[in-house]
Parts: sequence; C-alpha cells; structure tokens
Amino acid sequence: MAETKRVERPLSPFMIGPYYRPQMTSMSSILTRITGNALIAGFFLGAWWLIAAVSSPGYFAVVDWIVTSWIGWLFFTAMLWSIWYHYLTGLRHLLWDTGKGLEIETAEKLGWGALIGATGLTLVSLIILWII
Amino acid sequence: MRYLTDRKRAVGKGASGSGTEHFWWMTMSSVALAFLVPVFIFTFGSAIGGTQEEVVAHFARPFPAILTGLVTLVGMRHFAKGAQVMLEDYTAGSLRKGLVIFVYSLSYMITAIVLYALGKMVFIDTAAQMLNQ
Repeated sequence: MAETKRVERPLSPFMIGPYYRPQMTSMSSILTRITGNALIAGFFLGAWWLIAAVSSPGYFAVVDWIVTSWIGWLFFTAMLWSIWYHYLTGLRHLLWDTGKGLEIETAEKLGWGALIGATGLTLVSLIILWII
Repeated sequence: MRYLTDRKRAVGKGASGSGTEHFWWMTMSSVALAFLVPVFIFTFGSAIGGTQEEVVAHFARPFPAILTGLVTLVGMRHFAKGAQVMLEDYTAGSLRKGLVIFVYSLSYMITAIVLYALGKMVFIDTAAQMLNQ
C-alpha cells in the first residue's frame, strides 16, 4: 500500500502561436470558450436591468438608457452573436461526443458552419425582434 | 496508513478526483439550454424598449418568469463550471482557487438577483391588478 504523494502537475502548454499556426479547428474551438465566458457580461447587464425595473423610476431610467442606447444595442447584438455561436459549437460538441464528425475536413466545415450560422441566426433574430 | 489498495483508491476518480462527473453535467445542462435559449432570446429581447411598467408586466407573466428563472439557474451553473475549466487550464495554485471561488460567487449572485427581481415583478403586478379592481 503506497502512501499518497502529491504530484506537481504541469499546466498544459498553450499551443496556438509558438507551436501551431492558427487553423479553423483551433480557432473555432477557442472562440467557443471566449464567447461562452463573454456571455457573463450579457447576463450581468440583463440582471442589472431586471433589478432596476423593480427599483425606483429614476434608477430604472439610468440602466434602461444604457440598455436601449446604441451602445446597449451594439452590446446585446454582440451577445446575441456570442450565444448563437456558442450554441452551434455546443451542438458540435454533442455531435463529437457520439464519435461522429471528428475528421479534420468535417470539423473544419462545422467551424465555418458555426461562424456563418451564428451570423445568419443573429440577423434573423434581430429581424424577428424588430417585427414583434 | 489507509486500509485501501491502490486500485480501490484510483477506480473511477481520475485526475479530477470526480471522474467524468463534471463533463457529464456540462453535457446535460447544454442539452437543457439548447431547448431553453432560443425561446429565451425572444422572450427577453422583446421586453427591451418597454416602459418600466411594461417590463414588470412582461416578466410577471408565468411563461417569461419561469423561463427566465430556468435559463438563469441552469445557465449560471453552466457558466460557473465552464469558466472553472478555463481557469484550471490557464492558472494554478491559490490563484486558481481564488478565481474559481470568485466565478462561483458571481454566478450565484446573478442567479439570486434575477430570482429576486422576478419575484418582486410578480408581486408588483399582482398588487397593481388588485388595486385596479
């Protein structure tokens, strides 16, 4: 029976740049992480806006101005693109989990699909939101 | 000295200490969010631009209130556990622990704020309806 020994585990090296040139597979993967984590900013402003709606009218006016101004519009449009991109690459992960679509050519196509698809879905969402 | 064989101590744990539990939780919550998020985008987005009364009345309705609550609950846990993986990739030691605690706290805080806001919206809307009668 061996005693448990603490192992100093190394961090995995950051491969993109010094070791690997940027490719569709690596770029679409890191963008999944970036968009997923960036979405906290959208939730932060969204939660702030909701709590402001149950506060004084003056306080709501301030937060609502940020949300409805062109800055807010640009911000939420970026969040919309992020959520759709993260959504599509999330579906890609679910596909990969089944062992399908892992060939480099297919993975690259799925990366382009996520980029173009997210842009398309963002535009469609904006149009629908503008109508309703 | 622990009366466990090396094998017994290792089985099902791996480097994470919890096997594939984290991965499996992210998979499950991603499936849930795949159904919730498309509807939420339009439920939330269509409320932007309204007056304060309109925003309160919008989220006080059962469907937007329950959906917003669900997306926040599942989404913020999904975020916290996802951000944890990122932090575990790029940081180590006390910094990693501190940042993971920060991310967990932030997502629980946002969850609590949204649930409080939704609850108060339902309360305000109900009170307004009673006054109108």
